[in-house]
Amino acid sequence: MNNILVLPMLFPIIVGVVLIFLRTYGRIQAWISIASMALTAGISFYLLHTVQTDGIIRLDFGGWEPPFGILFVADSFSILLVLTSSIVTAICLSYALISTSKELQTMYFYPTVLFLAAGVNGSFLTGDLFNLFVCFEVMLLSSYVLLTLGNSKRQLREAIKYVSINIVSSWFFLVALAFLYGTVGTLNMAHVAERVAEVGQTPLLTTISIVFLVVFSLKAGLLLYFWLPGSYSSPQIVTSALFGALLTKVGIYALFRIFSLIFYHQPEITHTIIGIMAALTLIGGSLGAIAFNDIRSIAAYNVVIAVGFMLVGLAIATPAAIEGSIYYLIHDMVAKALLFLLVGTMITLSGTSKMAGMSGLMKNYPLLGWSFFITMLSLAGIPPLSGFIGKVLISSAAIDNGSYVLLTLALLSSILVLYSLLRIFKNCFWGETIVSKEEQLPLRRGVLLPCLALVVLTIGIGLGTEGLSLYVMDAAETLLNPDMYIDAVLGTIQ
Amino acid sequence: MESLIIILVGVLTTVAIYLVLSKNVVRVILGTAILSHAVHLLILSMGGLKVGTVPLLGEEAEVYVDALPQALILTAIVISFAVTAFILVLAYRAYQELGTDNLGAMRGSDDE
Repeated sequence: MNNILVLPMLFPIIVGVVLIFLRTYGRIQAWISIASMALTAGISFYLLHTVQTDGIIRLDFGGWEPPFGILFVADSFSILLVLTSSIVTAICLSYALISTSKELQTMYFYPTVLFLAAGVNGSFLTGDLFNLFVCFEVMLLSSYVLLTLGNSKRQLREAIKYVSINIVSSWFFLVALAFLYGTVGTLNMAHVAERVAEVGQTPLLTTISIVFLVVFSLKAGLLLYFWLPGSYSSPQIVTSALFGALLTKVGIYALFRIFSLIFYHQPEITHTIIGIMAALTLIGGSLGAIAFNDIRSIAAYNVVIAVGFMLVGLAIATPAAIEGSIYYLIHDMVAKALLFLLVGTMITLSGTSKMAGMSGLMKNYPLLGWSFFITMLSLAGIPPLSGFIGKVLISSAAIDNGSYVLLTLALLSSILVLYSLLRIFKNCFWGETIVSKEEQLPLRRGVLLPCLALVVLTIGIGLGTEGLSLYVMDAAETLLNPDMYIDAVLGTIQ
Repeated sequence: MESLIIILVGVLTTVAIYLVLSKNVVRVILGTAILSHAVHLLILSMGGLKVGTVPLLGEEAEVYVDALPQALILTAIVISFAVTAFILVLAYRAYQELGTDNLGAMRGSDDE
């Protein structure tokens, strides 16, 4: 009974279609979509436990046994990400319910978010490369709509760039798929992996792997991140929180999957390139984060830094490093959503996104200030918050592996993350209070509740690392032993 | 035949890249449309062109055509159709709001 595996993708789609017909009922839409994402999270939690007891599970659509049909495969890595993304989406939706204007709520906002979640979950679960392309497109089309929702000049301008760059990267994806199919004659991930292992990773296959690297780097914002700050800092607050939490993570997931399952035979070429790109991303992201005065741009560049940091783990590719990257991936989904929601709340309250326009917010909104403080510590990797364990594992793996350049850059970037956020904290929360208690905009009741939920989550992940480690270790083990994945898909025919 | 198609793919890609690099939004969109045609032909030729009969079990032929690339192209065509429709509407709305279809004028200024 593996049919439940399709639900994390199918369920949001069905609910989304139903919600289209409830267009005028903003609040009802919100509650239904929050409940459905919570249910999706519940389903993925159940699946996570099933994977622990029964091993990797798969679902062959239409009964076509692999390698002939399309299939969904769930191992600990993908299910952990599905679980985290569902929880984060549910929390972001509840923020939308409280804070978003009524006009926006009735403009198909909720159905589109659900379609986005379906695309994200599908990308995590699919076991077929072409299906991965389709799920990417589902996700991207929803993100185009979300990006333009609100219709401001800036959004339209940024959307044209974002859509064009994504069309080109999807084109690269198709080119890579065509050449891969022409070379190995299959697109089932496990089958491709098996064939690549059989014939050895020839120069042609390595070249194809580099094309894949370009594709996923564009989606993940690894080195090719020039499109990211503009498009992540222009849409609605909730939208940019969702983008920051989910979109780049799917690209990172794909990079981990492809370069640990299929193209891991030539690490001196592929993984070195990934390492160099990660290093340059860390440098570029850090420079961006400390250069800007617009707090949304600073938050967007923090996304870039985190991408570089996680890919350092993939470049080193020892068990500890991969484990650290998985921890960091989960942490970053939560922390980035939190960061964007808090920054968005600050902008709504003060009416400007420039640091110069805000001062002394701490006196007016202490709870907001301390939430931001915790977020900052979490992103910088201070124990016992969730960013700590990932940073420790990746750093110690870098030392064991002798990758001192990557280690230096990773730690330097952490300090610069702390610096860039401290700058916001110091300028916006401390200092002279420019708005008196009487004149301050009232904080809408409950606006901080979703943020507090995420704060609790980041503290919880930090303190509960022990409980999480069981799943993360299993995920890392599967990633490092591609045969486990291949056997589960191609081995015993159920 | 395959090499001819591959050359055609190259020509189409060249045309498309020329269009995408121009400053006019409509030209860029036309460029992306041609770009997707190029890659569809590429996928088709990767499966081999007309090497056998229709892939139906009753045909009892020696060689069958690989049906998978055609299924892939069909999916890719639908997706690129949807994306092209979206970006056309987006370009129109952007033209209405921003009053320009010149990408050079859409850089965005610092003071907003």
